[in-house]
Amino acid sequence: MTTGESPLLAARDISKRYPGVQALAGVSLNIRAGRLNALLGENGAGKSTLMGVLTGCVQPDSGELRLDGQPVHFPSPRAAQEAGIAIIHQELNLAANLTVAENMFLGREPLTRWKLVDHDRMLHEARAWLAPLAPQLDPAVRTDSLSIAEQQTVEIAKALSLSARVLILDEPTSALTHQEATALFGLIKQLKSQAVGMVYITHRLDELAEIADDVTILRDGQFIGEQSFAGVTRAELVRMMVGRDVEPLTHSRANDSTEVALEVRELSLAAPKAGRPLVVKNVSLSVTKGEIVGLFGLMGAGRTELLEALFGVYPPRTTGEVIVGGVRGLFVSPQAAIQAGLALAPEDRKRVGLHLDASVTRNVALASQQRYGRSGFVSASAEERTAGELSQQLQVKMPSLRTPVRNLSGGNQQKVVLAKWLATNPRVLMVDEPTRGVDVGAKGEIHLLLRRLAAQGVGILLVSSELPEVLAVCDRILVLRNGELSAQFAASDATEEKLLTAALPVSNAERHAHAAREEN
Amino acid sequence: MPPQLTSPMPRLASYAPLKSLAALVVLVIALSVTTDKFATVDNGLNVLRQISVNLCLSIGMTLVILSGGIDLSVGSVLALAGAVAASCLKKGLVFAALGFEVHFNAIGAVAVGLLVGAALGAVNGQLITRLKLPPFVATLAMLSIARGLTMLHTGGYPLTGLGESFARIGAGSLLRIPNPAWITAGLVVLFHILTQHTRWGRHLYAVGGNERAALLSGVNVGRTKRITYILCGALAGLAGVLVAARLDSATPNAGVGYELDSIAAVVIGGATLSGGRGTVLGAVLGCLLIGVLNNGLVLLQVSPFWQQVIKGLVILIAVAIDQASKRQE
Repeated sequence: MTTGESPLLAARDISKRYPGVQALAGVSLNIRAGRLNALLGENGAGKSTLMGVLTGCVQPDSGELRLDGQPVHFPSPRAAQEAGIAIIHQELNLAANLTVAENMFLGREPLTRWKLVDHDRMLHEARAWLAPLAPQLDPAVRTDSLSIAEQQTVEIAKALSLSARVLILDEPTSALTHQEATALFGLIKQLKSQAVGMVYITHRLDELAEIADDVTILRDGQFIGEQSFAGVTRAELVRMMVGRDVEPLTHSRANDSTEVALEVRELSLAAPKAGRPLVVKNVSLSVTKGEIVGLFGLMGAGRTELLEALFGVYPPRTTGEVIVGGVRGLFVSPQAAIQAGLALAPEDRKRVGLHLDASVTRNVALASQQRYGRSGFVSASAEERTAGELSQQLQVKMPSLRTPVRNLSGGNQQKVVLAKWLATNPRVLMVDEPTRGVDVGAKGEIHLLLRRLAAQGVGILLVSSELPEVLAVCDRILVLRNGELSAQFAASDATEEKLLTAALPVSNAERHAHAAREEN
Repeated sequence: MPPQLTSPMPRLASYAPLKSLAALVVLVIALSVTTDKFATVDNGLNVLRQISVNLCLSIGMTLVILSGGIDLSVGSVLALAGAVAASCLKKGLVFAALGFEVHFNAIGAVAVGLLVGAALGAVNGQLITRLKLPPFVATLAMLSIARGLTMLHTGGYPLTGLGESFARIGAGSLLRIPNPAWITAGLVVLFHILTQHTRWGRHLYAVGGNERAALLSGVNVGRTKRITYILCGALAGLAGVLVAARLDSATPNAGVGYELDSIAAVVIGGATLSGGRGTVLGAVLGCLLIGVLNNGLVLLQVSPFWQQVIKGLVILIAVAIDQASKRQE
């Protein structure tokens, strides 16, 4: 334990339970003046919930926070902010149409005697706060003309101007280039010298050597440990992050057809803006009938984009070849993909999967309209019959088929999404994070359903960032890193360590060397 | 336990226009008691004739609002379609260069009105789905363009004397029920079926409810919207023919501000402007409520200035009640 001085902000034995999930169970975290504590853990380990507690967005069920040794309670984000705690989110929170200075003083603009905004003073003060961090930054320019790194700097300066003493950085380097990240690390060192205490969340373990003083590790909402960073190896960190006892795999393929259900050849997806690197690079893969292929990767690895690209969502930006159901080429629309026997149950069911105000029946029947009538007409009773059968098969718990799906639980909403795609009788079912935000019971049911579908000969491509899920359900696992396939494992060979190692971005130095090699 | 297939009570309770229906019933009873002219057959037929045009527009507006869009151009489209139909009827189409003339009877003129409306709606649809213009902006521009074209076409003067058979479409009646009421009643049935029992109808609700989810479910979002704007335009064109026929005159100022009445009717009928929620039958209720209210205020000799204020208040109350009941869900 690194003690010495008492922490600026300490969380003790924090627990938080959501319906069906214990998000945090007795977690502690210490933030010390002038030191950076790296918070590590897989997706779903409880990092976000813990940050929510520290910033007043989440009220813990038990445990306490201490600021300068005194117990504190943050009933609102505002209270935490006033106590000097600031968070820089992965998605930055700046109004793009306002200037740097206007953003920094949003809601507390300095006023003249006539109660008008005192622009001169605002610019002057903004410049004073920016000067030690980024003297070249002009506070009078609009924030949408800045790079992501510059916007981050503005947010940090804003936090400091709000007299923040504790700064939480949530994956700050995920959108930065090598040089920008290096500049950020310089900034972090400077903040340490100003006695700011920091929490730093990242998946890039290689960065830690430059900046971390302490590390805290969470796993499945449990506190695994806090220790000084000096002397910890990368392998030890990975083991602590994933180190649960993996249940022995008991499954074997029930359907051992060798007939290929889906083949993808050299699929690439260009970024929406020209000149940016490819989102998906030359991915080739195949799924045989009855096989469950896992696609593991961290956030931002291009998993969802890969599925959507081969489903025909971005025709003008996609290149390569997809072969399914006797069709070869690239789909020009999801409609064409569905016709060929592809199905895609998307990741964010509320945003892109469901029409929340519509009934269970309407949602289930949407992708399979041809089944329910001829020449453009739809038989409501045929829709209801299919929706009834499928929701019974998937054990959807609902008051009635006419209930708006908004009123169902997360797990049942997910089952409605799956029912929608089963109604299309797919040859290949692609499922993107099918159990995110789903309670434990429904999770098991969804896993069983995928196995049963595979046994019936459906090819399944499962995207997940949850290691235990990938290991428990899949026959074969592909790892996606920065839009490229980086490794492939048979289920029997795969371990959490191997998968995570293949998924973690290569270090900045390595990436740099790689880029230099490519340039030559 | 097999899932329960029907659950009539919650369905009835969640039927949004129910409150508008209750308001309508209350209004009808109140007016029947306070005036002796309201509850007469003649007055009832009068109300039906008055609401026909707004109902015709409101059906189209329902479709567009269901898709998550808006059509501000219907009033101007009504005027242009009426004017073109009237001039075809009076002068026919003259292709001087080819030495060629086409003459129209009343039915032909109706078809011309429909076609003009559909064509303008098609332009709206292209602007919105291909050029990705916001529906508000695209149809606002069309509001101005179509009105200007109407002025150009008519030179600013009404076209009158359109012939007896054409006038009968708007002013005649069958079994004492005005012809426009028969026509719009048929449209209500037709569009109720189109929205509730066809694939396009399902797609329309899906696009308005969650466009991305609809796209990923294989819905051709662009085509669904384009059809919607064409239908809305065609209905506005038909409304233009009805107006011209009833007055036996196509005036260049016909339909000014009608888009607002039809939006009001659709909203009072339980639709949300964000899309995916609403029905044709709800729009019927909305039109009836506005029509009965207007009629009643006239019979009660309320100043027309107050009528406008009261209409606005009714819209606010209807939508506020709707919002409150949604929060309860």
